[in-house]
Amino acid sequence: MKPSRLSLFGEWILERFPITKIWEEHMAHYYAPKNFNFWYFFGSLALLVLVNQIITGILLTMNYKPDAELAFDSVEYIMREVNWGWLIRYMHSTGASAFFIVVYLHMFRGIIYGSFKHPRELIWIFGMFIFVALMAEAFMGYLLPWGQMSYWGAQVIISLFSAIPVIGEDLSLWIRGDYVISDATLNRFFAFHVIAVPLVLVMLVFLHIVALHEVGSNNPDGVEIKKQKDAKGIPLDGIPFHPYYTVKDIVGVAAFLIFFSVVIFYMPELNGFFLEHANFIPADPMKTPEHIAPVWYFTPFYSILRAIPDKFAGVIGMGGAIVVLFFLPWLDRGRVKSVRYRGGIYKKALFLFVVSFLTLGYLGTQPPTPVASIIARICTAIYFGFFLLMPIYTRWEKLKPVPTRVTSQPSLDDRLQALKKVYEEVTFVAPLSKPVASPLVKCTFLRRRLNPAGVRSVAKRFVKTLKTSLD
Amino acid sequence: MNNKGVDKSKRQFLTSALTVVGAVGTGYLAVPFLAQMQPSVKAMAAGAPVEVDISKMEPGQLLRVAWRGKPVWILKRTPEVLATLKTLDNELRDPMSEESIQPDYSKNLYRSLKPEIFVAIGICTHLGCSPTFRPEIAPADLGDKWKGGFFCPCHGSWFDLAGRVYRGVPAPTNLEIPPYRYVTENQLIIGESSQGASA
Amino acid sequence: MRRIITLLLFCALSVNGYASEGVELQAASIDLSDKQSLQRGAKTFVTYCLGCHSLKYMRYKRLAQDFGLDEKKMLTQIAPQNASIYDKMFTAMNKHDAEKWFGIQPPDLSLIARSRGTDWLYSYLKGFYVDKSKALGVNNAVFPDVGMPNVFWQLQGQQQAVVNMVEGKQIVEGLVLDKPGTLSEKEFDDLVNDLVNFLAYVGEPMQLERVSLGKYVLLYLFMFLGIAYVLKKEYWKDVH
Repeated sequence: MKPSRLSLFGEWILERFPITKIWEEHMAHYYAPKNFNFWYFFGSLALLVLVNQIITGILLTMNYKPDAELAFDSVEYIMREVNWGWLIRYMHSTGASAFFIVVYLHMFRGIIYGSFKHPRELIWIFGMFIFVALMAEAFMGYLLPWGQMSYWGAQVIISLFSAIPVIGEDLSLWIRGDYVISDATLNRFFAFHVIAVPLVLVMLVFLHIVALHEVGSNNPDGVEIKKQKDAKGIPLDGIPFHPYYTVKDIVGVAAFLIFFSVVIFYMPELNGFFLEHANFIPADPMKTPEHIAPVWYFTPFYSILRAIPDKFAGVIGMGGAIVVLFFLPWLDRGRVKSVRYRGGIYKKALFLFVVSFLTLGYLGTQPPTPVASIIARICTAIYFGFFLLMPIYTRWEKLKPVPTRVTSQPSLDDRLQALKKVYEEVTFVAPLSKPVASPLVKCTFLRRRLNPAGVRSVAKRFVKTLKTSLD
Repeated sequence: MNNKGVDKSKRQFLTSALTVVGAVGTGYLAVPFLAQMQPSVKAMAAGAPVEVDISKMEPGQLLRVAWRGKPVWILKRTPEVLATLKTLDNELRDPMSEESIQPDYSKNLYRSLKPEIFVAIGICTHLGCSPTFRPEIAPADLGDKWKGGFFCPCHGSWFDLAGRVYRGVPAPTNLEIPPYRYVTENQLIIGESSQGASA
Repeated sequence: MRRIITLLLFCALSVNGYASEGVELQAASIDLSDKQSLQRGAKTFVTYCLGCHSLKYMRYKRLAQDFGLDEKKMLTQIAPQNASIYDKMFTAMNKHDAEKWFGIQPPDLSLIARSRGTDWLYSYLKGFYVDKSKALGVNNAVFPDVGMPNVFWQLQGQQQAVVNMVEGKQIVEGLVLDKPGTLSEKEFDDLVNDLVNFLAYVGEPMQLERVSLGKYVLLYLFMFLGIAYVLKKEYWKDVH
């Protein structure tokens, strides 16, 4: 049989470009540990959101005007007069927040399972650079709608640079290109936001993935699967990324898109967290809004800034909170990767860290009060304590034995069954007041009432499990 | 790994089903993305019918107005011009506008509602330049054959003062006539043929 | 451990305690599908507000489309005289006059419902009371020292403030109708509610379209999730 023209064309390409090789190396023969859990969805989701931001961003630039006179109006023009402009704008604004949610969860995964430890330090470093680039991208993008929050948020953040001794004032002037935030600032932020930083981001993501595929993925047990191979040299606990993790990630993507769409279609402002109310007022250099707060994803770091009662020290604290993360691979002296086999002291420290990080985030959205400042200071101390004391407390950890092979955890079905049992425990079926001859009688859902005794025992068990899991 | 007892056809079916459903979803998502490049409401508002007052026009004067962002010409023709138009048939490609675009009411010798008032879209039907108005007869640069008309500077197409294209030039058809109507004797509306029905 | 958590909880509560201050807002009832209410609101806006405040992103054509109104009816019944259907809702007052009369240009109200919220608008519009110490003769319980007159005073009548002294500061506790206007209290509340409803619509005209599209998107995504999950389970039989 004569080969078809299409297959000839295919061969022509393959002789010149290694598509098959790339596919095999990174998908079909990339062996990933088979015990990935829920936390492992967020890497691929971050990639999805990046693509969403780039596509919707390009579409928005077609109608957006980076000009102080026109910017605010052009955003409303997109929302009202451009076909489907509202959808694209909401996809972009919701995508910005979704990006941070996904990236924070992805980073937390790295921390709990020790994905930053040897031999994956470089992956962590690249990831941290992505995080910093993402913050720059989000910060500059937030100026573009040219609302009150855009303006005054940028004003506050750029003023931070002026706290740096000697060069500070000149540096912040140089960044703004004017004595205040102005048209010049808006125009340069636009340039950075739409081309410079996205290019850097895409390059860093590429490096992050190349580095990951060189050493292989970590897993919830923190076991190196490459140490146990079969006769063909394939890791015993590894499965090909394609098809197993492609089909699994598609499930994750679908679930994520459901949450994403609920926000876009039903609550695009998310009560002022994703789109702040004051940002529907055009920027006014003469009048600061009564309460200014950065968008939620910056609030933990903003809280640290506010907690420190000295301008320069505050800036150092805020910057330090991010810089310290870069050094995590060398601060952690524990010899075990996964939190599952680490000692109680580390788990308790981690728990406190999470609580204080969330508290800082919440406080950053609220106006400062004396009580809030004290809490913010305590949380700041815990935040830095977690990292800076790590070399000491991780040395005396009482480790649990690490298995040589990965373990299997309850499946989603098992977990749903367990959840159903809890649901049945905390509720009871209220008896019918009068007999009803309907087949619907069997469905007890609407007749279930809260059972206080059940709630108490479930809560007690939860606290007990939490306590033992922290030992 | 355990590959025994795998139902290949089930996998094949599910994979195809998901691909099809995914492709349909992507298709629907592409609609807003592509549609956003269509003219916006602002562009459509700029395309709204335009009212023109022609009471102050002198014979021989050309008025330019913008409709949908395009130049629209309104020319008040003199009796001499109208007389010349009748004599040009042999030099024109489409003297009776059989292949050209215009509303039915201007498909006539003068290509207009009233012979003296000529309305046309000032865009060459060749590649979209706007021709220049050259009412003079036999100027030095255009030669003896020029009886007054519109000359396209981009690729040298000739049109007479009824927007009809000459033979032997690149433009394929006569200039397009937009829909228009008279509100009063001296009041024109460009962009709609009858009350309320915009084109 | 437990002591720390109790302490944190206690502190969190006291942080919240600081937040509640100021006049309590009355709830506006917003129903963007009520086209009659939107039309009445638009009419009220054009009559009482458009003299000073613009809605510069809103075209009459869009209003006609979204209200299901004939374009001609839109121009004769709601829009001011001489407006054309593609016009945006600009105010007739020029910037110079505005600054001379009020000190500042009255703000554009296209996004007021999104920045202030509908309850605030409703309470604000009903919150004017007589205060002889002010240049305009009125003050507002929700927006103290506001530089806007009560444009509805003939309809609403005049309200007096019930003032209480708290820690040396005058606090407006409530408002009492002193001289009734041409509308009953209920009629006036409805008028203001329609106006606020209209402004909520103007803040985001595509809101109804957005919400109605949402259910189809979610329906699709749940279907996609279902198939994807079955496919994943099928493949993962190999692994378990």
